[in-house]
Amino acid sequence: MIAAPAYDLEKVRADFPILSEEVRGQRIAYLDNAASSQKPRAVLDAVDHVYETGYANIHRGVHVLSERATEHYERSRRRMAKFIGAQSADEVIFVRGTTEGLNLVASSLGRYALREGDEVLLTGMEHHSNIVPWQMVADLTGAKVLAAPVTDRGELDMDGFAALLSDRTRIVSVVHVSNALGTVNPVDEIARLAKERGAYLVLDGAQAAPHLKLDVQELGCDFYCLSGHKMYGPSGIGVLWGKKRLLEAIPPYQGGGEMIRTVSFERTTYAEPPAKFEAGTPNIAGPVGLAAAADYLDGLGIPEVAEHEARVREYAESRLSEIPGLRVVGTAREKAAVVSFVVDGVHPHDLGTVLDQEGVAVRTGHHCTQPLMERFGVPATARASFGLYNTEAEVDRLAAGLRTALEVFRP
Amino acid sequence: MNDALRDLYREVILDHSRRPRNYGAMDAANRQSDGFNPLCGDRLRLFLLVEDGAVRQASFVGDGCAISTASASLLTEAARGLPEEEALELVENFRGMVAGESEPDGESLGKLTVFAGVRDYPTRVKCATLAWHTLRAAIEQSGETVKTE
Ligand SMILES: Cc1ncc(COP(=O)(O)O)c(C=O)c1O
Repeated sequence: MIAAPAYDLEKVRADFPILSEEVRGQRIAYLDNAASSQKPRAVLDAVDHVYETGYANIHRGVHVLSERATEHYERSRRRMAKFIGAQSADEVIFVRGTTEGLNLVASSLGRYALREGDEVLLTGMEHHSNIVPWQMVADLTGAKVLAAPVTDRGELDMDGFAALLSDRTRIVSVVHVSNALGTVNPVDEIARLAKERGAYLVLDGAQAAPHLKLDVQELGCDFYCLSGHKMYGPSGIGVLWGKKRLLEAIPPYQGGGEMIRTVSFERTTYAEPPAKFEAGTPNIAGPVGLAAAADYLDGLGIPEVAEHEARVREYAESRLSEIPGLRVVGTAREKAAVVSFVVDGVHPHDLGTVLDQEGVAVRTGHHCTQPLMERFGVPATARASFGLYNTEAEVDRLAAGLRTALEVFRP
Repeated sequence: MNDALRDLYREVILDHSRRPRNYGAMDAANRQSDGFNPLCGDRLRLFLLVEDGAVRQASFVGDGCAISTASASLLTEAARGLPEEEALELVENFRGMVAGESEPDGESLGKLTVFAGVRDYPTRVKCATLAWHTLRAAIEQSGETVKTE
């Protein structure tokens, strides 16, 4: 047996130009990766390369630059199909991010599948982007939106989930990994239960993509969404994956150029997916950066990345547990690289400001999960979220910053 | 604590955040308004007793960060006794100071100049102004929950 090569953290950090920048005289301990991650040189170069060697509008020109740009774009689609385990590249739709992907599915699948009295089942730990689009389509169709309960540990209450499933459930839409708590949901079991009822399953993979090896076919879902900017790719680009036969069946989302076959004032016919869902001039260089991010992640090995992050997270949980009055919110047994917490007598917003002064970047607030905050009876939390470049030394800076905050706010 | 932080979290602010003055609902109140900062979830409810066109008493309840709590606490002290127009002027002066549009003016703002440091923290300006927007709504009787964005 060959020993796995040790994770070369120094080398990984050197790949990210921003990590050696000094801000206010110190390097930033960037612990806000669940909001957005930093970009490796390979991603920055890949995007530049498009503009420097082959940029034009795609799918339209007969000229060489348009051909090159189209090839860059379509090659990235094939790369992303492989990254998520899609059966074919035609199932990969480039969108702005998870928010746009979820809006597309809610609108198009919703209009296709929902009738008055039907139900959409979500969970109590959804990001607002997996709540509001469903409420919007429910208003339009007369369907109802339900949310499965969350346990005190921040896990999905599977009995409660199963109890809310019924023959009226047409769509189940669930976050794969919770951004606010880090909980990894049991999507296999969710898929099995949804299938039993004949419901479509949509997964919000915004937080899963940078931490878990994805295989959308094995997951048993019908649609999967992710955001490039959370997996070390550019912002403004993401993927919606859908099963081919469903992408063919559901109506388009936006209308415009590129998504049509023929247009007349009497009757317009639509292109096949993926073009059907990519109206207008898309983000052309973004997919290339995203494909480079996929290469980067696969180059390190997602299991190796996850193992490193788990080590850092566990170290953080143990260091934070030494801080008097600190309570971790979300202690699921299956967890990704997130530690959300509150500190007695110190508001998360104040913690965030003190940490920022110490050069430690965390997110504070409701993390676009207000129903979940309500569930835990807190207006907000502070959240440290780790990426493939974070170190235990950065966790030490977080712990030291928290102690400074305690000195300030606790008399 | 470094100097930048000390400028933001002045002793007066820390004191009022730990022991907010005039904290609690007011039975005699004849004006009331709610404020909400969706960015951080801070909420507060402001109670006023207004008689003969002047604020006789002010109190608040709520849940917020040190800046927003101290700001509400100091507001309840500063607004007391002010004719309504002067209270509205104070709102504008305070907002101008923390937004960095006007220099801290001890004459019109008194003790409230301790919030001048907020100018250097753009993400915290809304924490400082929440109570003041709520005061304006209570005086103008708009009756809606005030949002900071
Ligand atoms: C779980 C989850 N879902 C959806 C989103 C929305 O993603 P985006 O803002 O990239 O569209 C996010 C991130 O903000 C998220 O963490």
